[in-house]
Amino acid sequence: MSAAQVLSRARHAVREGVWLFKGVMGENAYQVYLDHHGRTHSGDAPMNEREFWRDRTDRQDANPEGRCC
Amino acid sequence: MSKKRSGSSRHDDVLTQDPELPAVAVDPEQIEAEDRRWTPAKIAVWVGIALIGGFAWTMLAIVRGETVNAIWFVFAAVCPYLIAYRFYSKFIGRPLLRPDDRRATPAEYRADGKDYAATDRRVLFGHHFAAIAGAGPLVGPVLAAQMGYLPGTVWIIIGVIFAGAVQDYLVMFFSMRRGGRSLGQMAREELGVIGGTAALIATLTIMIIIVAILALVVVNALGESPWGVFSVSMTIPIALFMGVYLRYLRPGRVTEVSLIGFVLLMLAIVGGGWIAETTWGAELFTLDRVTLAWGIIVYGFIAAVLPVWLLLAPRDYLSTFMKIGTIIMLAVAIVITRPEISVPAVTPYATSGAGPVVAGTLFPFLFVTIACGALSGFHALIASGTTPKMIEKERQTRFIGYGGMLMESFVAIMALVAALSIDRGIYFAMNSSAAATGGTIEGAVAFVNGLGLTGVNLTQEALSTMATNVGEESIVSRTGGAPTLAVGIAQIMQGVIGGAGMMSFWYHFAIMFEALFILTAVDAGTRVARFMLQDSLGNVIPRFRDTSWRTGAWICTAIMVAGWGAILIMGVTDPLGGINTLFPLFGIANQLLAAIALAVCMAICAKRGRFRVLWIPALPLAFAAVVTITASFQKIFSPVPAIGYWAQHTAFRDALAAGEESFGTARSVEAMEAVVRNTFIQGTLSIVFVVLSIIVITTAVLATVKAYRNGGGADTEDAAVPSRIFAPAGLTATPAENELEAQWAAVEPGKRPARTGH
Repeated sequence: MSAAQVLSRARHAVREGVWLFKGVMGENAYQVYLDHHGRTHSGDAPMNEREFWRDRTDRQDANPEGRCC
Repeated sequence: MSKKRSGSSRHDDVLTQDPELPAVAVDPEQIEAEDRRWTPAKIAVWVGIALIGGFAWTMLAIVRGETVNAIWFVFAAVCPYLIAYRFYSKFIGRPLLRPDDRRATPAEYRADGKDYAATDRRVLFGHHFAAIAGAGPLVGPVLAAQMGYLPGTVWIIIGVIFAGAVQDYLVMFFSMRRGGRSLGQMAREELGVIGGTAALIATLTIMIIIVAILALVVVNALGESPWGVFSVSMTIPIALFMGVYLRYLRPGRVTEVSLIGFVLLMLAIVGGGWIAETTWGAELFTLDRVTLAWGIIVYGFIAAVLPVWLLLAPRDYLSTFMKIGTIIMLAVAIVITRPEISVPAVTPYATSGAGPVVAGTLFPFLFVTIACGALSGFHALIASGTTPKMIEKERQTRFIGYGGMLMESFVAIMALVAALSIDRGIYFAMNSSAAATGGTIEGAVAFVNGLGLTGVNLTQEALSTMATNVGEESIVSRTGGAPTLAVGIAQIMQGVIGGAGMMSFWYHFAIMFEALFILTAVDAGTRVARFMLQDSLGNVIPRFRDTSWRTGAWICTAIMVAGWGAILIMGVTDPLGGINTLFPLFGIANQLLAAIALAVCMAICAKRGRFRVLWIPALPLAFAAVVTITASFQKIFSPVPAIGYWAQHTAFRDALAAGEESFGTARSVEAMEAVVRNTFIQGTLSIVFVVLSIIVITTAVLATVKAYRNGGGADTEDAAVPSRIFAPAGLTATPAENELEAQWAAVEPGKRPARTGH
């Protein structure tokens, strides 16, 4: 394997790790929503980022999630 | 259901798939063929895993040298986990659950891009793990270490394989097949009104007791510790700042704000050390336990009524961040330092039941002291909550449900190793109640050396040196497990980073790590319980159903906080010690919830007509039922005051009636009255728990018998919907899955139903 290949693999692995970490932290929630919206509601405009995160915490207010002991 | 497996089911007619798209599921015969294809390399790997595991167990259980190296615990756990995951969890899937990837999951057929959103399995594994792992698996094993290293290790590993992971997997699967229904709803559906109502009341009461005892652990860890009080209370302004940042400054930058929060958290820990050294800081932040308990009660109420974005959500990010980071760090540190453990395999306390940490013999009390990590009923609430609404493909439940619980079990093993690695004399000095040690170094030394433990010779110097090293005034009678674990973690971590000079930092880092989980669990628990209460009250007064009604929300929150707050205050002021009297109640409550969850699962399996493999849920159910009912009965009927709540109650009441002014560890009439009151409440709770769970288990057994007679029962699953997406089932893709993924990648983007991922 050449140095360039090793480097590109390493970069890929790092990107993978960052993606996984952000996913676990829940950072990609807006993107998920946008993707879904793009597929299903072609007519109306999606919420903007600020509105989405507000809506998200408001929904958490109404549907509390348990955290384990 | 006469058809044999090979993937066909009674929904075959519905599950026809779009001919335009590649297959949405790997052909079941191909899966089977891959499973059965035993190449020499594959055989060698599994034989190797079995041999390493077997060797580790030989070292732990048979060789039992003077000292045992911690690395054997790691192998003794990881090898059985791998074997159980590969063989037993697959076995559960095949004849019992029969996941079918041709069926769409709720995340697909109900997709709304928000609550129902198909999530990459590895990401969801992380989410689910972060939701189930808390302080429980960190505390229980520490307390159980008094019986020696072997009983706890055996139970954590065997328990998770045959009970805990099975419960999580089954509940998650059944909830997923029902659109993400909660355990309470499933109980009502499967067990009828009586069983369902009993399950609901049991869940509510259990949540109160669990939150109370978690809060007690925090209070005990922070009492008389200015450093701890400062740094943990700083988490509140840090979380508020993060909340405002996410709401107004940069919405959605979760990782960024978590990193900022983490840096601030580290500053709070370091700053706590400086502040605790100043006279004003020590004066301001040295709080006694009763004040702290009231602080947590007030905090718990405020946190539960504040909007989620302000406090709960940001602290949850912080807690997830710390959880994942610290657990990985600890695993690496244990492998690097490989501490030697000099605790005996089994101590006399296992049979005498006279252990100073928690009273009671190995059977049944080991199995209730270590709840989380082996079998935790609380997980059933999580596994029937958010996770099933986000699963992409049915076959992924094995990885997320079973695998996630194996991971938590490994956390419990690490906590056990950390607790075992500290000096035994110090362990007992920290974990014996103040009623026994008097709370002083002299008292602790006299008490611990008087226990007659072989090889234990505690000196006052050892205690005071350790206290100085970890930056505390004293470490005597720091019960609750958290401080002991923190000392263990500090000892292991300083071996990797920083040396003895960093020990105090690591100690407070560990305390912070546990306090974060617990505080999150306290207000999330209060909120969940409040909604459950509102829902139940709504049956009588319909207005309570409206969760946006502020007055109703405040009343229900106040009731819940009063419930756990009363038990917390009782634990803090208990003349008999607190943790040692209350912790069994925590374990019993958690295991009873597990018994309820397993009972519901058994009824569902019976209604699906899976009688030949009914033992998969029935075996852990029988064990959990026997353990918890025996433990409850001992707590109710035992004539030994240290074990039986009512025996203690009667002894103190008689002493009061005889006009005595002090009795046992209670040195005043008020203290004696407190014991009478506390044991009454504890005894009553024991009765309530055991009665409710007997009702639930009985209704489940009746439902099962009825289903057996009828050859099955009503199908409560959502209607089958054909899936239009594909994703691999496990952590890594198999060759067949890779092939399918390539076919899907070749589909024109416009025609491909999107799934998340990258």
